Amino acid sequence: MSAEGVRIALVLPDLLGTYGDRGNMLVLERRLHWRGIPSETVTVLSSSAAVPDSCDVYLLGGGEDVAQTAAMRVLSRSPGLQRAAARGAPVLGICGGLQVLGTEFTTGDGVRHEGLGLVDAVTEPAGERAIGEVTTDCLLAGVGMLTGFENHLGRTRLGAGSMPLGRVTRGIGNGPERAEGVVRGHVVCTYLHGPILARNPALADLLLGWAVGAPLQPIAEPEELAALRVERSRMRARNPK
Amino acid sequence: MTGTRRDGDRTTEQGEADGERATAGGVTTPRPREADSPPTSPDPSTSTEPIAPWRVIAPPHPSPPAPGSPLRTSLALGAGRVVASMSRRLRLGSGGMIGGRLALSLQPGLLARLAAGRRIVMITGTNGKTTTTALVADALRSRGAATSNVTGANMLDGHVAALMTDLSAPFAALEVDELHLAQVTAEFAPSVILLLNLSRDQMDRVGEIRTVQRSLRTALERAPQTRVVANRDDPNIVSIGAGHPSVTWVSGGARWMHDALNCPRCGAFITDLDGPWRCECGLTRPEADWTVTETGVIGPDGAEHELNLALPGHVNRINATFAVAAAVELGCDPAEVLRRVADLRQASGRYSTVLLDDRVVRLLLAKNPASWLEMLDLVSGHDRPLILAVNSREADGYDVSWLWDVDFEALRGRSVLVTGDRGLDLAVRLRYAGVSCEVAATAQDALVRSGLEPDVVANYTAFRDLLSRSVAR
Ligand SMILES: [Zn+2]
Repeated sequence: MSAEGVRIALVLPDLLGTYGDRGNMLVLERRLHWRGIPSETVTVLSSSAAVPDSCDVYLLGGGEDVAQTAAMRVLSRSPGLQRAAARGAPVLGICGGLQVLGTEFTTGDGVRHEGLGLVDAVTEPAGERAIGEVTTDCLLAGVGMLTGFENHLGRTRLGAGSMPLGRVTRGIGNGPERAEGVVRGHVVCTYLHGPILARNPALADLLLGWAVGAPLQPIAEPEELAALRVERSRMRARNPK
Repeated sequence: MTGTRRDGDRTTEQGEADGERATAGGVTTPRPREADSPPTSPDPSTSTEPIAPWRVIAPPHPSPPAPGSPLRTSLALGAGRVVASMSRRLRLGSGGMIGGRLALSLQPGLLARLAAGRRIVMITGTNGKTTTTALVADALRSRGAATSNVTGANMLDGHVAALMTDLSAPFAALEVDELHLAQVTAEFAPSVILLLNLSRDQMDRVGEIRTVQRSLRTALERAPQTRVVANRDDPNIVSIGAGHPSVTWVSGGARWMHDALNCPRCGAFITDLDGPWRCECGLTRPEADWTVTETGVIGPDGAEHELNLALPGHVNRINATFAVAAAVELGCDPAEVLRRVADLRQASGRYSTVLLDDRVVRLLLAKNPASWLEMLDLVSGHDRPLILAVNSREADGYDVSWLWDVDFEALRGRSVLVTGDRGLDLAVRLRYAGVSCEVAATAQDALVRSGLEPDVVANYTAFRDLLSRSVAR
């Protein structure tokens, strides 16, 4: 964290930002602001000359297949994100972002693509799209229940080097073994929209704690947020399996 | 998106499901929203289940005459009309849909026969279809009778129903769901197709913009004789229209651009979206034939005409320009057309001022980020009380993540009441936007707590429910 505050990188929102993914940035920015910590958002577009490696936290959203492969090209050409992750900067990848950060993904047209390999995860399309509310028990200490909405065709298998973000209690998630998402070090990936950080403030604060290098002081959560979490956790998934 | 869902997979999370899917032409396509859609609606041409009760009225002919025979057509029309009127009397809805569906099932080629000899304008796009259709119908009436699917039934059965209501009308203005235009142009060639815009809408149902684009391009390839009027400021629309031999381009300014930052053809980043962009793949922003200005509209002849609409907002100036372009294309007098579009006050309740629970309320429909942008623009210009209502039923889409793509920050300093199935999501979004708000359990509750003469911005089913309870003023 520099003198200007926490630098939040919004990575390729023109390609990976289809499902309100910008919301995760807004949540981080406001939660810092509420604590009096300044922040700066660095928007990295696919037209940008390079991906900066100096930001404190990186956010990637989801996108359509073509956008996802285009994002892959941009990120491998200018490896700022990979360098930042290697020094421990937190990275959040949602949906298509998860697939791009994994080792390998296959798009709907059957073509296999190499991912950035920041997490050990291989994604292949399934016969049916997973669409609906998801609830998981987060495996990261202190986060608790995660609630979100999933909408993805991909099914993701995790390798030995990574662990799931949560265990699915409702919904589909990665597919195999009731796992949802994938974590390796400070790289956190998930299929949950909502956006996930809006619905799950504990995860937002965990990422921010990693970004500033120390746990953040708790703040009083807005009461509508607690009510929303209760309401969503009582909803039925649309695709119970 | 490529997933398919069967009816059994549906949950009625919010106790209501409307606008379900139909299999048409062998391709699974989503059903668009429909105000008067019955609870089940499989493909009329392959399943008889939903219309089974009506068999009593119109039993299948024991040895059906050849398709297209006059007897069969008149049977189909007659049966459709009887059902439509019964449906109205039984308060099942406006009757348009179910009558059209029955008539279509009795004679699949009926749409082409009903369209024959008429000048038909088809209107499609993500936002503004219904309003523009009403504007086009009004404009066409300067030359003769025009029928229209004003109830919002915007697939083939709705078109059949609309055309059946006035068999002698020489003109028709028909709203069509983006994914169903290709089926329409497979049946007949409309005189004019309006391509308004294309943006994200109901991601969990309608699917990728790319899929919609492909379908619309197919639709235009099937109608080379049709005059296409298209939005040159929307790269997605430019990509669809660019290959067609006769396109009239309308320019109203670039508004919602988050779904068009990259070339729809090759994925390259488009710089200078407001300027004369040209992508490396060759896709180029076309020259405008009609340009919407601050005060009026400049036509192909270069003359500027005044445009003072009763409908609010810049977005309706664009919609009206599309209507004018279509009507002029069909020989209407521009001055007369401009006067008519200026006078339209509301379209199927959109923008209408009504009485709701004895209160005067203005109803605004906003269903996706692009249309919320327009409606927030509209309400930012005044400080009337504001109620926002968001549902997430099947016809709305279950995922409301898009709320975070809407710049509610524009409402800072305002006090807002939120309601609907997703009132809490809205409240959290507004909290992060720095807008103070109160959550009301129901719309009635919100109205009681609101100050006088509020604007209500609601998404699809929330809007529909408010409209159905309202009384015209
Ligand atoms: Zn291009």
